Amino acid sequence: MKTNTHFAFLDEGSKKEIRRAMLKAVAIPGYQVPFASREMPIARGWGTGGLQITLSVIGTEDVLKVIDQGADESVNAVSIKRLVHETTGVEGTERTEEASVIQSRHRIPEVPLSEEQILVLQVPTPEPLRNVEASEYVTKRLHSEDEYSGAWLMLFEQIMKYGKTATNADHPVYVNGRYVMAPSPIPRFDNPKMHQSEALILLGAGREKKIYAVPPYTDVESLAFEDYPFTVESFDGQYCHLCGATDVFMDELIDPVTGEATYQCNDTSFCVERLNDKEKAEVETSYA
Amino acid sequence: MGYVAVKGGTMAIDASIKRLKYERLKDEEIIEINTILSTMKAMVDQVMSESSLYSPFLAALAIKQAEGSMEEAVFLMRAHRSTLPRLYYSQPVESQTMLVERRISASFKDIPGGQLLGATYDYTHRLLDFHLTEECAEENEQWLKDYKNELQSVEASVNVQYFPKVVEYLREEGLFETYEADNTPPKDITKESFQFPASRSERLQVLTRGQTGAVTSLGYASLRGYGQVHPTVGEVRVGALPIYVEHPNELETDEEDHFYIGDFKATEVESFVPVSVKNDKNEEELEFEIGYGVCYGQNETKAIAMSILDQCLEHPESDFPTHDEEFVLLHIDSVESTGFISHLKLPHYVTFQSKLDSIRQVKKGVQEDEN
Repeated sequence: MKTNTHFAFLDEGSKKEIRRAMLKAVAIPGYQVPFASREMPIARGWGTGGLQITLSVIGTEDVLKVIDQGADESVNAVSIKRLVHETTGVEGTERTEEASVIQSRHRIPEVPLSEEQILVLQVPTPEPLRNVEASEYVTKRLHSEDEYSGAWLMLFEQIMKYGKTATNADHPVYVNGRYVMAPSPIPRFDNPKMHQSEALILLGAGREKKIYAVPPYTDVESLAFEDYPFTVESFDGQYCHLCGATDVFMDELIDPVTGEATYQCNDTSFCVERLNDKEKAEVETSYA
Repeated sequence: MGYVAVKGGTMAIDASIKRLKYERLKDEEIIEINTILSTMKAMVDQVMSESSLYSPFLAALAIKQAEGSMEEAVFLMRAHRSTLPRLYYSQPVESQTMLVERRISASFKDIPGGQLLGATYDYTHRLLDFHLTEECAEENEQWLKDYKNELQSVEASVNVQYFPKVVEYLREEGLFETYEADNTPPKDITKESFQFPASRSERLQVLTRGQTGAVTSLGYASLRGYGQVHPTVGEVRVGALPIYVEHPNELETDEEDHFYIGDFKATEVESFVPVSVKNDKNEEELEFEIGYGVCYGQNETKAIAMSILDQCLEHPESDFPTHDEEFVLLHIDSVESTGFISHLKLPHYVTFQSKLDSIRQVKKGVQEDEN
């Protein structure tokens, strides 16, 4: 007994259902649309929500980029890219500009995205109010009543305790002035990239069975107080030890011998591209 | 180039998968799927039950591929299930029509139709049987022949016998309420995500798909004191249930025209739970309610635990976690819980860097304040 896998793994009925949920998500920015999340051949919590979105939107003409923690070559990214390729034949790329669909875990690429691109973010915990309210029934009601004092209070308490807001990745955002949304655990550094993004951003939480979206050119505002403004992670005075970039999100590498920290671009394809450009320029000048 | 732990993904994955295959093959033993099918019934049943896909062959294949890991086998089956189009819903199954192979009641010694022990480990002594180390085909054959000879002296009934439900007997006595059969189509939780409060059909689906261990431990918790349900098992029955589907295009639906598409083995449990209710005069009165459990294959502990949890969830007003449907229903799924726990193995460099930044900034602030 041998069977071939269906195009894009899921059966057509399932893909249609997921696309309908996405349309609703686009129509109501930031609203978490429940959907019947299918069980996928990768584990729940490893990106099944993003994968279902990718498989439901992808066509044979698309070019796919998958990143995990900023890297194209990371094992989970490779495994997802491979699964999509095996079931659709779609070619992968590492160049952000070339991709029409970009599935990502925890990062928005450093290269600005365009109208032609869709960014799919994997979300482990879509509910921004979960740490102030455990019950799904209650949080759903709070969203419908635009009642976000829990989230504000969380920030306020941090200021009381620590003298500043102390959120990590996944700093909550107001979308289109209506829904508070968890932007997937992207670092605060990437939050501003969602604001008025040219690319459509689709967010999928497989285990929690929710799809939500930020349509292009939509206001996305990180929650903050006037006197305690939103701040991103600070890499002040640091630069990438490979390509020299500043103003990017960086990985901190500890030298095992000296114990000193060096920094390097977290977005590996961005870094490689800069290195290539530099090399090209060097070669050209030396020949000239 | 600098050292980044996540680089080299493709080669690492290939090597890892190869190594996995090597680990399975290295002792040069091959287990046939048929061997699993016929000798590891309990595993096959459990995998089918947790993956809610009834196919003993595919379950055995999954067990082989997963090297006996239950969570892995269930995962494989569930993923396969996602590729199958779902075309029909069957007609409601009337469990009275079960071809019973085992049926016991812990409530009554004398139930109409009698108790039928069937095959069970319940009365075996759990001593390692060293004879199994030297089983051989000839001995098996002889044993089977003898057993069949013995059976011949047993007189079989001429007609197929259906066993009445124990609860019917008590209903006639007025101890249980009689409800109208609710044949509204159930909500399919695999085609629609459920919302809270969940309907009973949704609750029962999640419970029956639940991981055997998780369902058992939460049922046990309720029994031990973290819950208010302590049932008596009214009836446990194991047997084959026939499935019928309606003609998809006919408008007239006559039961006679339904298609029989096969049967499946199931375990069904009805638990009797005493509850106190206030009567018209505001006096506490005892009454019985039923907790229901059903699952694919022979999984009696799970079905009984399910019946406890079903009853718990019918009474959400209790303070105990086993009565909180979000707590129970969102945490007992095998694929969801193992998946999310195992995702902790994925790198978290970005989020950790962000957390580190936050903690450093706060610490810096504190030091500045202190100075």
